[in-house]
Amino acid sequence: MNKLGPVITVILAIVAFWYVAAVPMNVQETLTAAERAGVAVTPDNARARSEAGRWSLVFQNLDALGGSWSVDRARLPSPHQVLTEIYNSTWDEEVNGRRGIVNSGSFSNRSLVYHSGVTLGATVLGFLIGAGFGILLAVGIVYSRTMDRSVMPWAIVSQTIPIVALAPMIIVVLYSIGIGGMMPKAVISAYLSFFPVVVGMVKGLRSPDHMQLDLLRTYNASKSQGFWKLRLPASMPYLFTSLKIGIAASLVGAIVGELPVQRGGLGARMLSGSYYGQTEQIWAALFVAAILAALMVAIIGWIEARTLKRMGMAV
Amino acid sequence: MSVIEAKGLNLTFQTNDGPVHALKDVNLTIEKGDFVSFIGPSGCGKTTFLRCVAGLEHPTGGTLSVNGMTPDEARKARAYGYVFQAAGLYPWRTIGRNIALPLEIMGYSKSEQAERVKRVLDLVELTGFEKKFPWQLSGGMQQRASIARALAFDADILLMDEPFGALDEIVRDRLNEEVLKLWNNTGKTIGFVTHSIPEAVYLSTKIVVMSPRPGRITDVIESTLPRERPLDIRDSAEFIAIAHRVRDGLRAGHMDE
Ligand SMILES: Nc1ncnc2c1ncn2[C@@H]1O[C@H](COP(=O)(O)OP(=O)(O)OP(=O)(O)O)[C@@H](O)[C@H]1O
Ligand SMILES: [Mg+2]
Repeated sequence: MNKLGPVITVILAIVAFWYVAAVPMNVQETLTAAERAGVAVTPDNARARSEAGRWSLVFQNLDALGGSWSVDRARLPSPHQVLTEIYNSTWDEEVNGRRGIVNSGSFSNRSLVYHSGVTLGATVLGFLIGAGFGILLAVGIVYSRTMDRSVMPWAIVSQTIPIVALAPMIIVVLYSIGIGGMMPKAVISAYLSFFPVVVGMVKGLRSPDHMQLDLLRTYNASKSQGFWKLRLPASMPYLFTSLKIGIAASLVGAIVGELPVQRGGLGARMLSGSYYGQTEQIWAALFVAAILAALMVAIIGWIEARTLKRMGMAV
Repeated sequence: MSVIEAKGLNLTFQTNDGPVHALKDVNLTIEKGDFVSFIGPSGCGKTTFLRCVAGLEHPTGGTLSVNGMTPDEARKARAYGYVFQAAGLYPWRTIGRNIALPLEIMGYSKSEQAERVKRVLDLVELTGFEKKFPWQLSGGMQQRASIARALAFDADILLMDEPFGALDEIVRDRLNEEVLKLWNNTGKTIGFVTHSIPEAVYLSTKIVVMSPRPGRITDVIESTLPRERPLDIRDSAEFIAIAHRVRDGLRAGHMDE
């Protein structure tokens, strides 16, 4: 509980900075709205204002900035606007909306609940594929010299290609062979999440020291006994750490995969928000994505704590 | 037949700084039921010799037989239990499951495992700690657990590399007594590395004095002490005489350099 103080302090500082930043960011829109409402602003025409610096506009019109935090289509919507948007597009839409779950029996395709579900499905599927593949690769790398030499460099190279450039190609290729829906996004998620799992798992499987390995040799243990009784359990702390990184990367992958497709999901919401200048919608989707990531990392953390405690390795 | 027989054993490690002559022309015969201590300054090849016997290191010259086989064959036949310098218990296994590890690997039945774990825990006086994790035990208790692990299966050779090196004198005395008792009860052949002269003299039927660069045997002392050894035997004239000879051997090794 003594962590709460610092956490709240940091959040308050961020929120305060955000509100302050919203003033210069939104000054153009605010002044235009104020002018329309009959307030005198300097300079008094939009073109001249658009050429002026943000801060000079702020200081020339200190009295006309009241609307900075409620202006429509703000460059930087303020925190309460984003929170309102989140509320409207989750609870309000589902409970009161015509298409919401209460009135229609299924989630509204305008609600973030629905879009979160779409993203989450692809994230989890991609994560399972990526983590499974990553673990298998790691086992191969640790047990085979050839794989150690050949796979690792490619795994590293794979992560140097910007995913935004690669994602559309993956989607196009998969669509052209008849794979659509959730799968292309899951593939992108898997592509991002296998890497931290490979790296962490290789390190974990190699973590037993010489003495622990020699001990098994004195028992004339087989390779598979060495794996199941020594290497695998020793790798668990490493595995969980990389799974946490992996699932966050997986969410990023799913969102990136939703950008070009526009068939639902948080990524689609972000892009349509930016098409239509609905910055609140972008921020709301962003926040929900962050919350999802935090939740998924927390779930893995919980499984980790339970597993390691059962194994007697809790710290 | 001798249990362990080394003839003209040589081992040179190739390192980045050039070759290290870890063992030079080592000749040693160990009979069944012997308790042999290896003593000598750091780096004289005690660990290396024990590892050769265990088939963990391969000599570059000479011959070495264990139970009439090559060390590798002996290892595959699970002829020995090895106690490393550090306890090396698996942190994710309870003490009981740590001791059961070799039994699992060697395919003992569940009931046999339980029975043996109980028996060796008793032997090293750790009854009641079966369900504890290693970090819940003191260093001495962990070391005892690692000895129990080496005793759990039926190897008639026990190799111990400075098992009590990190322990205080009092605990060490107790464990020494326990090891002697164990040796008396089981009739195992024991190879035991130590830095302590009293420990070597108290425990051994045969004391191998070694010296470094290159690692070699400078003296082999047959102990004249009886098998039954109360702790106060260490004040006897006989004990002190043997200790003297070991010390002289160690000093002579140093003089050579
Ligand atoms: N794997 C190895 N590679 C290279 N050199 C080694 C290796 N193992 C041991 N040596 C060298 O061989 C020599 C003997 O080492 P060893 O570990 O047998 O000594 P020791 O008598 O057990 O010493 P200590 O009492 O300090 O444990 C040392 O000079 C050491 O540096
Ligand atoms: Mg040593």
